[in-house]
Amino acid sequence: MPVRNQEKLVEALLTLIGLSSVAILGLIIVFIFKEGLPAFTQVGLWQFLTGTRWAPSKGVLGILPMIVGSFLVTAGALLIGLPLGLGCAIYLSEFAPRKTALLLKPTIELLAGIPSVVFGFIGLTLIVPFIRNYFGGPGFSVLASALVLSIMILPTMVSVSYDALRAVPPAYREGMLALGATDWQAVKMVVLPAARPGILAAAILAMGRAVGETMAVIMVAGNSTIIPTSFLDPVRTMTSNIALEMGYATGLHRQALFATGVVLFVIISVLNLTARAVVRGK
Amino acid sequence: MVAANDSVPTVTPAGKLSGRRHRFGLAALALVLIVVTFGIVLGGRRPRGRTSSLSITVAGSTSVQPFAEMLAEEYAKQYPNRPAVNVQGGGSSAGGRAVLNGAAQIGMLSRQPAEAEKELTDIPIAHDALAVVVHPQNPISSLSSGQIRAIFAGTVSHWSALGGTGGRIHVVSREEGSGTRTAFDDLIMGSTDVAARAIVQDSNGAVRETIAQDRNAIGYISLGLVDNRVTAVEVDNVKPTLANCRTGEYALIRPFLFLTRQKLDPASQAFIDFVLSDHGQNLLAEEGLVTGK
Repeated sequence: MPVRNQEKLVEALLTLIGLSSVAILGLIIVFIFKEGLPAFTQVGLWQFLTGTRWAPSKGVLGILPMIVGSFLVTAGALLIGLPLGLGCAIYLSEFAPRKTALLLKPTIELLAGIPSVVFGFIGLTLIVPFIRNYFGGPGFSVLASALVLSIMILPTMVSVSYDALRAVPPAYREGMLALGATDWQAVKMVVLPAARPGILAAAILAMGRAVGETMAVIMVAGNSTIIPTSFLDPVRTMTSNIALEMGYATGLHRQALFATGVVLFVIISVLNLTARAVVRGK
Repeated sequence: MVAANDSVPTVTPAGKLSGRRHRFGLAALALVLIVVTFGIVLGGRRPRGRTSSLSITVAGSTSVQPFAEMLAEEYAKQYPNRPAVNVQGGGSSAGGRAVLNGAAQIGMLSRQPAEAEKELTDIPIAHDALAVVVHPQNPISSLSSGQIRAIFAGTVSHWSALGGTGGRIHVVSREEGSGTRTAFDDLIMGSTDVAARAIVQDSNGAVRETIAQDRNAIGYISLGLVDNRVTAVEVDNVKPTLANCRTGEYALIRPFLFLTRQKLDPASQAFIDFVLSDHGQNLLAEEGLVTGK
């Protein structure tokens, strides 16, 4: 078989494989929308998005508490996780002795391999009782979810930021140091600004992880269908809502869960696009 | 295979690539169309599961699941040569669906059959009592059904209002649609809604765990799953015991049902016969279910 034909064959095969994955994703999106749309038409899009009561067995479908819940939990997780992750990445890349960094980085990346149900279980047995005993409330709360999630997003945050910081050319640092700057000044004024797009990308990935996490959140959030008024209130996220009820859902209830999925899909897309625009704009 | 005398292909100039891109677009379009058609064709066909004679699938209520698993184990021990019984969870509604579309021979229900399930045969295998449970250190040991309703509706929010100690009541409920939740709604709540503030856990075990950890919590689980880590309160001055369930004094009772299609294969029938036999019923009674009604 001549090389040219082989070339053509491989090319065609790779094209097919590449496109099929896109097609599968497309089909999934089509399916979710197809299954979820009846709920929108039945209840009304506005009512569905701004309704505060969720009682699918009675045909009352409002997912505002879950939308607010997802946002609060994600924001809380980022608030705790981003500074921790970034600090860790800066230490590993700029200040840690080589040996320490070589040991620590794989350890942190190992965290990413721990199944989320394990994080949830640790949260349930340690964090929830701690919050209940020292801060009050039932313990299942926005705070518990945010704490568990903040630890879960660390590996993403650390390894992506670390790579961004390592990618800054050493000449930048050396130039800065030659001008008489201290280590920290060099990091603050040159390295961080140069690595900013990469660090923002890390934050976006971490946010995606936090919005999408389900199992661990179900175990520690309490899953009440109220709009939380404090960090000690129980909360239900959109992903929890789907996972909790899908086993039992039929008819309109099932469509409502798919509709929740549609809303989640749109929100995550918008978040991602804005975040990307921010990264490119800088 | 690349032969040695084959000429090495030259790198294609960019012009040729851009010409090819157009063809890729067409190929992509064709492919997407093919996949979509496939999806529609496959999605339009309702697959009917085939019942294999090699094993029996029992699927549905997570409340019935542990008991069915125990029965299946015992069945396998007693009749090692018969088709094995696989037990799966998924929830009551999923069990009904699985029997309707042929994915399972037997569905498990922990509530009365719904409209869609009326065409199936339902076989009561036992009754299960719902226990209202609190932390062992909670001084309250008896509640009226009206008080329980008020607690779960959120109109009574502090233990002190019921003569107890401690602060705010942490109500623990189950998710919408679960068999246990449906039974609780029917037996206690009536037309009143469980408060949106209630913490929602997704299994009997998770509810029990939550109550065992929290002095101010109250929830409801299967009586068969009550252990020494939680206390089952008296309801309307009746102790939740098996004896009181049999006499009908303790009113929080729901049926555990097996659902089957009208025509049942002999292997499944044999398993059901085993469950309904004296031996099977005794096993269920030992596990804390109400039998012989």
